[in-house]
Amino acid sequence: MIQLIVFLPLLAAIVAGFGNRAIGNVPAKLVTTAALFASCLLSWPIFIGFLSGTSTATVAPLLDFIHSGDMNVAWSLRVDALTAVMLVVVTSVSALVHLYSWGYMDEDPDQPRFFAYLSLFTFAMLMLVTANNLVQMFFGWEGVGLASYLLIGFWFRKPSASAAAIKAFVVNRVGDLGFMLGIFGTFLVFGTVSIPEILAAAPGMAGSTLGFLGYRFDTMTVLCLLLFVGAMGKSAQLGLHTWLPDAMEGPTPVSALIHAATMVTAGVFMVCRLSPMFEMSPVALTVVTSVGAATCLFAATCGLVQTDIKRVIAYSTCSQLGYMFFAAGVGAYGAAMFHLFTHAFFKALLFLGAGSVIHAMHHEQDMRYYGGLRKKIPVTFWAMMAGTLAITGVGIPGIFGNTAIGFAGFHSKDAIIEASWAAGQPGVWFVGVLVALLTSFYSWRVMFLTFWGKPRWAASEHIQHALHDAHGHDDHAHDAHHADDHHANPAQAEDAGHAPHDHHDATHASAEGDGGYHPHESPVPMLVPLIVLSIGAVLAGFVFHGFFIEPTAGEEFWKGAIAFREHLMHEMHGVPLLIKLSATIAMLLGLLTAWYAYIKAPNFPAKVVEQFGVLYDFLLHKWYFDELYELIFVRPAFAIGRFLWHRGDEKTINRFGPDGATWVVQVGSRVANRFQTGYLYTYAFVMLIGLTAAVTWAIGL
Amino acid sequence: MIQALAFYLFAFVVVLSGALTIASRNPVHSVMWLILAFFNAAGLMILVGAEFIAMLLVIVYVGAVAVLFLFVVMMLDIDFTELRAGVARYFGIGLALAVALAAEVMIAIGAWSTGPIQLARRAAPIDDTVPNIQAIGNLLYTRYLFVFEGAGLVLLVAMIGAIVLTHRQRGGVKAQNISRQNARRPQDATRNTSPVVGQGVEL
Amino acid sequence: MTIGLAHYLVVAAILFTMGVLGIFLNRKNLIVILMAIELILLAVNINLVAFSAFLHDLVGQVFAMFVLTVAAGEAAIGLAILVIYFRGRGTIAVDDVNRMKG
Repeated sequence: MIQLIVFLPLLAAIVAGFGNRAIGNVPAKLVTTAALFASCLLSWPIFIGFLSGTSTATVAPLLDFIHSGDMNVAWSLRVDALTAVMLVVVTSVSALVHLYSWGYMDEDPDQPRFFAYLSLFTFAMLMLVTANNLVQMFFGWEGVGLASYLLIGFWFRKPSASAAAIKAFVVNRVGDLGFMLGIFGTFLVFGTVSIPEILAAAPGMAGSTLGFLGYRFDTMTVLCLLLFVGAMGKSAQLGLHTWLPDAMEGPTPVSALIHAATMVTAGVFMVCRLSPMFEMSPVALTVVTSVGAATCLFAATCGLVQTDIKRVIAYSTCSQLGYMFFAAGVGAYGAAMFHLFTHAFFKALLFLGAGSVIHAMHHEQDMRYYGGLRKKIPVTFWAMMAGTLAITGVGIPGIFGNTAIGFAGFHSKDAIIEASWAAGQPGVWFVGVLVALLTSFYSWRVMFLTFWGKPRWAASEHIQHALHDAHGHDDHAHDAHHADDHHANPAQAEDAGHAPHDHHDATHASAEGDGGYHPHESPVPMLVPLIVLSIGAVLAGFVFHGFFIEPTAGEEFWKGAIAFREHLMHEMHGVPLLIKLSATIAMLLGLLTAWYAYIKAPNFPAKVVEQFGVLYDFLLHKWYFDELYELIFVRPAFAIGRFLWHRGDEKTINRFGPDGATWVVQVGSRVANRFQTGYLYTYAFVMLIGLTAAVTWAIGL
Repeated sequence: MIQALAFYLFAFVVVLSGALTIASRNPVHSVMWLILAFFNAAGLMILVGAEFIAMLLVIVYVGAVAVLFLFVVMMLDIDFTELRAGVARYFGIGLALAVALAAEVMIAIGAWSTGPIQLARRAAPIDDTVPNIQAIGNLLYTRYLFVFEGAGLVLLVAMIGAIVLTHRQRGGVKAQNISRQNARRPQDATRNTSPVVGQGVEL
Repeated sequence: MTIGLAHYLVVAAILFTMGVLGIFLNRKNLIVILMAIELILLAVNINLVAFSAFLHDLVGQVFAMFVLTVAAGEAAIGLAILVIYFRGRGTIAVDDVNRMKG
């Protein structure tokens, strides 16, 4: 059963990938989407089995891989509660994204490749979550990194997409180095890479020290920190986060699948899977918390000022991941996984909804050119509404003994905030609340800019392309056809009289207005996933929160899959009322501010920007991290590369290799040439030399 | 005593003549010095007791080879003024090498004469009762007959070779074909005709 | 002092050396090269005869005779070549002969 779940996507990827043009678009799409839906349908029963407490953790062995000395690595599929959660998340979101891509990528010439990559990614992710040993997890880790590269750079002819793909892969690699070192250290310390064995032996290693470069370090701290570096890279935490915003160069379904629901959550998953290890190192947990909180704050501030709708949602993802990490850091692993679970649904929903908006607005992504879309694309609007309500955490807290009820994000985010207070870390709690405010603000900002207000579409280049294009036009080849349009236009203008000219003047006269463009709702394959995810975003929190974070029900559910601090969970539910309300208050404040800024007094943002110009620039440039990294890493790397190329390769290796050989031959032959003078006396002289030498040798000198 | 004096005299002149042979600018002088060298070498050989070889040297070498040299030098219209002795490029190192060679040979001689170097078995021990020339004749025409004939062949080939090399056809030379002249018959020589008056004969 | 074998051999060695020197020190005169060769052969002859006398072996003298024969033949051919060379170039200087320059 689990084997089917994991390998069906791989088979589909192989069929679609190698079939490519041979089998055509529709068969490729059908095979991959069907495989994913099959995986999804098989995963939910497993999850429900764990929910009801009937299933236990199992390991399905596949193949022996390495038997070398002490190292035994096997391919096997582990199924426990944690895996089950990830299985449903990954397969459901992936299946829905596959379906969504039917509509979104409809006019793309490379569809089989796209679907093959999506399925390949899903396979790698499934290998990651079902890994029973660190090496297999690393295989999945690398696999999703690869798939991410392939998918971000899917439109590889676009230079910015290629560059973004490389950036993602390289930054990920830095994290992977840390992860690898962590695996090596783990093997060194524990003598095995099998996860159950490591987790069982972890308590025994607490307090021991590791010798390195003459210093002694706490073993578990070192190992956990190294592993966390890997998680930082994969989950775009502060320091290794630079790739995530640029990853938006990929198609929107990719962003929804990889950079919202699954790949970036691999880091959180890894920390939770290895939570017994992390429990042994308070220092590592503190680091995790700090990094998580810092990321949370940083990303939220950046998301405030971005104008590209996908970028805002990307920073939102980064920020929510920060939440998950600092939840894990304070010890509330269940809450972290719960947030991961709900976040997958509402973030995928937001991304797919954004994709729907982009599709409707003819590939325009800049929110400054949106506005007034509420009535035009109603299904998308309500879907995004559901997503925003979920992410901002709208709900009624459990006061006066009532059960709390709310959207998905309400349950999970509030759980995290309460847990941070209960764990005795008020600083972190404050960051959590502040970020909840910022989250609310930017999420509602997106909604208000996009769906409310007067249309501002006319000034958009994409819209103008749409207006000038003939029907049945390939959306992705705008630039190529643009030249043709300019030729065609004068002819059209002559034919249609002055109407197009007036139209032209009208659009140029005012940057406001719809310019005569009619956005249309997305096709059905794109709407169905939105609706399904909306249901999830609304209900997932309420339905499942018990299993994830309640002290007793949670213990039943997790059954040791993660380190479950029952005591903390208990405390969490007993926090002061004000704390319970804090998140909701923050959310309302954010909503009000956004409403004021974008509905009531639309010049307010401009005035704020004027006032705080420096701060605005700082945030707009993402705290100048890219520039900083460019200075510290990129330029020196290029300089070293140039040096090695010119001095090392050209001057040294080539000099001793090919160039050297040719030089020796040329010079040598020129020298040898001088012996062939053609003069008799030269030859006679040489004979004399030979004779003397022979005599010298003969008399034994 | 006389022997030593004679030896040193002959030796000195031989070496001197040799040096002047190669050092002379005038080729005729070189030939003259060469002849002198040959004579003195013959003298050295007589001192040793090989008078046949000594006479052979004089008759063959001087009488034939050196004279041949002289013939050629005289025959070729050599411009003496052109023959300026320039110091060769390799003079220094060549001299050094030659000196080294000479020194090595002398060292070898020294080693031989002082040290216990094994000598080969005598191939043809000299019979002191018989005169030298008779002894050589005894040896030459019996044991070394084939080699002797071979030497003759070598000379023959050299002769043919010299002729072949220097022979050249001169074009446009009218030579007599004697045999053709002798083979002419009286009836081919004359022919009787009776020419018509005033017309003349067709030859 | 008694004249021993060594003396004759030394004389021969000196003559030989001079002959060798003569070969490659002469660039202007082809005839002298031929004469230097004759000097070499003379040195060899002296050597052979001296050995023959002092070792009481007649073979040396027989061999010297053959050397003489060959020398005569070689002188003839050498001079024939000299004649042709002179015909072709009009001079007996050999320092410009570098047709075989590599």
